Amino acid sequence: MRFMYIVTPAHAVPPTPELMDAVHKLAEREIKAGRMLGSGALTPRTSGAQVRIADGELSVIDGPFVEAKEVIGGYAIFELKDKQEAVAKAVEFMQVHRDHMPGWEGTCEVRAFAGP
Amino acid sequence: MTAADIHRTIVSVWRIEQPRLITSLSRMLRDVSLAEDLTQETLLAALEHWPATGVPEKPGAWLMATAKRRALDHLRRGKMLARKHDMVASDMEQEQQAMPDLDSSLDDDIGDELLRLIFTACHPLLSREARAALALRMICGLTTEEIARAFLLPAATIGQRIVRAKRTLSESGLTYETPSGEQLSERLASVLEVVYLIFNEGYTAARGEHWLRPQLCHEALRMGRVLTSIAPHEPEAHGLLALMEFNASRIAARTDPAGEPVLLLEQNRALWDQLQIRRGMLALARAGELDGADGFYALQAAIIACHAQASTADETDWPRISGLYARLAAIIRSPVIELNRAVAVGMAEGPAAALILVDRLAHEPALKAYHLLASVRGDLLQKLGRFEEARAAFEAAAGLAGNKRERDLLKRRAAEAIAMQN
Repeated sequence: MRFMYIVTPAHAVPPTPELMDAVHKLAEREIKAGRMLGSGALTPRTSGAQVRIADGELSVIDGPFVEAKEVIGGYAIFELKDKQEAVAKAVEFMQVHRDHMPGWEGTCEVRAFAGP
Repeated sequence: MTAADIHRTIVSVWRIEQPRLITSLSRMLRDVSLAEDLTQETLLAALEHWPATGVPEKPGAWLMATAKRRALDHLRRGKMLARKHDMVASDMEQEQQAMPDLDSSLDDDIGDELLRLIFTACHPLLSREARAALALRMICGLTTEEIARAFLLPAATIGQRIVRAKRTLSESGLTYETPSGEQLSERLASVLEVVYLIFNEGYTAARGEHWLRPQLCHEALRMGRVLTSIAPHEPEAHGLLALMEFNASRIAARTDPAGEPVLLLEQNRALWDQLQIRRGMLALARAGELDGADGFYALQAAIIACHAQASTADETDWPRISGLYARLAAIIRSPVIELNRAVAVGMAEGPAAALILVDRLAHEPALKAYHLLASVRGDLLQKLGRFEEARAAFEAAAGLAGNKRERDLLKRRAAEAIAMQN
């Protein structure tokens, strides 16, 4: 099964070099183990744009936005056996955050791709 | 967490960590079979402890520490243990006590060890079937039951196969080493063969009611990805990975919602997995950079790449495909490849030219019971308007097909031929 991991930090604090280093090591190991198919970091949400439909109206809202809650987010795509394995991977990933950047808070969402 | 949740978590973590555990223990014990046994014992230990204590914060490190402790106990228990071994053991124990090192699981580069393990599990001394079972067990962490289910065989058969293979490995006194030089490519061929066997077992599902068994495909793909990262200079490893990525990219399109097979040219190409196609293209390019464009796997991958690059079936570059088949036929003489070449020639030059090639294969003993020969022949005859002969060929093919869904498809085609005749 294929899974998308979406990482959203809770605070506008950039990751420390220690955390970046540990995450890169983990990513490298996962690529070598044939589990990680792709990943990427996203630039701050405040510089993006939003296209919305509300009350039947379509609107384009172009950044920069002021609400600077999330600094940077990222995603990764993994091929794993089942949800259980996917959650175990996410726990490991988040534990690396706890070990290398105490005080870091955020969410790693695990979503399975639809399809076989 | 409920007990069932914990149980599932343990099995998941163990499955992920297992190759690292086996490789580390093999390094300590110089015995892969024993390492595998102790790794299984570690799983039992986790199943016993974690439900009571909860899942540890770093489950991988817990498993590794427990496994190493068991290996040490084993070394100590050995009656023939020489003093020297004691010293090794005490060194290891000290190293052990320095734990827990936060980064040990991240820094521990097991690439070479894993390669060694793969070479051992896929040793040519073992039969192909035994190699496949052992690889799924030791490298992919599948249980005997899962492997049995995947191969549609009784668990006892697979269990026996694994036990016998492990005994063969232990008794042969094989050195647990990575071959080098010429031996490396020779031995690598035996590894790639096993990976491809596992992939095809899942992809073509020769027997049984289901057209596909995706888990085997995924395990083979993962092994292929591991091989290309730990043996990055081997072009055929990249070629095989490309071939598997391309084939797997069509999994969603290969069956319709009712589970009936959909043939390549009729597939909805929007369902082809572009991420996987891109990965296949990269692997194929890498094989080419390493001077491996004419390898057995790379050529087959290049053929499928032609399909992957065509946005509609009509845009398929058939002359290129038929040229690639000719190159493939030049390196390996196989009636099955010749049959595929005939299909490509049929698309590039027309059914009459292809029928000549197919009829030349009529007396190949290897194809006597091969339903695809009759099926291709039926297709060509139908295109030539020879409906009665086409019907007979499709019926013959249906009689030979081992997979029920494939048989149904061929029967439908026979019925179509009758309808066109009238």
